[in-house]
Amino acid sequence: MNVSLFVTCLTDTFYPRAAIATVKVLEHLGCHVDFPAEQTCCGQPMFNNGFEDESRELARQMVRVLEHSDYVVTPSGSCAAMIREHYEELLSDDHAYKHAISGLVAKTYEFVEFLVNVLRVDLKQMDVSWPGKVTYHYSCHLRGIGVTDEAVQLMEQIDGLQYVPMEKMDQCCGFGGTFAVKYPQISGAIVNDKVDCIAQTGAQTVISNDAGCTMNISGACRRQGQDAKFKTLAEVIAEGMGLLE
Amino acid sequence: MSTNAHATESSQTVALTVDGHDILFPALPYDIHARARSSTGDPQLQQFVNSATLLKDTGRKKVCGEVFGSNYEAMRRLGGDIKQHTLDHLDFYLDQFVERATDAGAQVHFATDGNRANEICLKIARDNNCKLCVKSKSMVTEEILLVPQLESLGIETVETDLGEFIIQLDHDAPSHIVQPMIHKDRRAVGRAFERELGTEYCEDATSLARVARKHLREKFRQADLGISGGNFLIAESGSVVICTNEGNGRLCTSAPRVHVAFVGIEKLIPNLEHLSVLLKLLARSSTAQPLTCYTHIITGPRRSDEPDGPEQVHIVLVDNGRSEILKPETREMLRCIRCGACLNSCPVYRKIGGHAYGSVYSGPIGALITPMFKGLANYPDLPHASSLCGACYEACPVNIDIPKYLVKLRVELVKRRITKLSDRVFFKVWAATLRYPVTYRLVGFLQKLIFRLKARTQSQLDSGDPYVSRGWISDMSGPVRGWTDERDMPTPTARSFRDWWRNEHENSE
Repeated sequence: MNVSLFVTCLTDTFYPRAAIATVKVLEHLGCHVDFPAEQTCCGQPMFNNGFEDESRELARQMVRVLEHSDYVVTPSGSCAAMIREHYEELLSDDHAYKHAISGLVAKTYEFVEFLVNVLRVDLKQMDVSWPGKVTYHYSCHLRGIGVTDEAVQLMEQIDGLQYVPMEKMDQCCGFGGTFAVKYPQISGAIVNDKVDCIAQTGAQTVISNDAGCTMNISGACRRQGQDAKFKTLAEVIAEGMGLLE
Repeated sequence: MSTNAHATESSQTVALTVDGHDILFPALPYDIHARARSSTGDPQLQQFVNSATLLKDTGRKKVCGEVFGSNYEAMRRLGGDIKQHTLDHLDFYLDQFVERATDAGAQVHFATDGNRANEICLKIARDNNCKLCVKSKSMVTEEILLVPQLESLGIETVETDLGEFIIQLDHDAPSHIVQPMIHKDRRAVGRAFERELGTEYCEDATSLARVARKHLREKFRQADLGISGGNFLIAESGSVVICTNEGNGRLCTSAPRVHVAFVGIEKLIPNLEHLSVLLKLLARSSTAQPLTCYTHIITGPRRSDEPDGPEQVHIVLVDNGRSEILKPETREMLRCIRCGACLNSCPVYRKIGGHAYGSVYSGPIGALITPMFKGLANYPDLPHASSLCGACYEACPVNIDIPKYLVKLRVELVKRRITKLSDRVFFKVWAATLRYPVTYRLVGFLQKLIFRLKARTQSQLDSGDPYVSRGWISDMSGPVRGWTDERDMPTPTARSFRDWWRNEHENSE
């Protein structure tokens, strides 16, 4: 199976280990992974801020870069949602792209979703072991693409991993891109709520599969003196498979 | 008067304003920051709003899951389709409603704006020589500022919904579509009753409710004018439907000799079959009940052979900006049945409460319709003060894609150049650098360099694995300062994924 990695700009620069883990796990599962180096950003920041023309340009570019891929897998729910939820409407007047857009929308997956729903992975059969107590941040954009308990399903298949659900699991972390910068007092109150919920679980590791959420929550944990490690599920699986130290 | 000064006071103490009107009608254009800061810094408000919204939100999910199960999505779509269909053919259903309601003996009035709606009501009150008005809960009457108008005519007007009654006694303003006093607790009620009604201070909910009941019974007995809103209008039968939980709605609409119902034109639905769908959705979404305790279907005034009911029923159909939203691009917003589920599910509402929105309608739906009603330039913050998390869309029983429309309003803000010039320049430049891999990498490199240098000067830079090691910045300046006001900012790692792919992965193949 040929898979193109859409790394996303935040993961590329802030969380490369998450992307490395994604590549290693996919390869371990028998996928051939390529990385189209011309990719940059899906255009979500511009789209969310109302800069339609600018986001349209970036969307076209993504469609071109990923046109020939069989599958596109990304370690970010929010960027997957940008492509799947918004590209068709955003480029609806662009007849030249119509076919390529619907193709891209149909073949783009968030990493965890791809593992569960396309590769139909059962980690129990693969001897994946990761001893430790974790909690999981359910990022909002997974809601948009209809992903609900796939990550929990996978976590439960990992030997030794003890998953503690956090309170108000489906409450946003308050990131929201530029929202966090424009309305710091609101965003700060929301993320501090999340920090409290994490503290209550007693888990030392937070699994968070969206780079934006991770930047926000980990930054707030650090400010509040709440000691927590952040990892993506891809990293946990890669570590559990012995692919990453 | 300074809006901000009042905002600071409003959530903690008795508002200094006349019945809190300028809480919902602040000076324009409205800037959300001061009230947001005041709300997030108010531990009581944080506690009350958080626990009340969580309770309702959890309850909603539970009952909707139990009753609708896997059909819930289909139910939401059906609810949305019923409202959308009616809005798509609103002229037809309005005509039908007016005809049938008139046949049933009601007098139907049409008000293009709030002033006209108030004039209609004042004329009815004057013509009938009304002195005392009992009123059930209605957001439309908040929107048009009806109560102060009636009072200026010397008509004592008593809010009879318990929450609204307390708000009125406390000279406060409602902060939630369904639970108007969500920002207050029993102690505030006890104090208000002690001060305004002269009863002994107590905190027991049952005793407090008893005090209110005793006071209100007397008002119901004497009132000659009853005012209500309406949750739905049934076109086929010309009926007004009112859903309440306290029985006050029934008394307001049956005890006084004149009943005036204020209803937005978007509340129309074709017939009773559709009502059955929407009632199921409304009660569960708003209060997690199978049905509200009282569901009144009012069709005309008392008939000659009936013992109870008003002599006159007036229905004031209020437009007040709605036909502007009715244009196809925004029509979906009018599906709203005012259940409040989007407020309860919203992380922003949970932190800032209703007053911070500076308008009658708060929460996600308020952030949409307020700029539509009162001008986008007057409320430029509301479409932006959202993380677009989508919880509201998921909670909406009539399937309004609120995040989508918030983004559409943001597009309008850019198009109409209400968005600040500095923001416009910033996003255009940013987008331009993302268009080419070369500039993308260059900007990434500069960002890494600047961030890591800054972290190093603050001695907050880790060493070790270049794909993991990062630093932290605790005080950023410039346009991203807001971030470090509240949390630390991680720096990029020493090397990027691209570096790994080029140097380590490709070489290994």
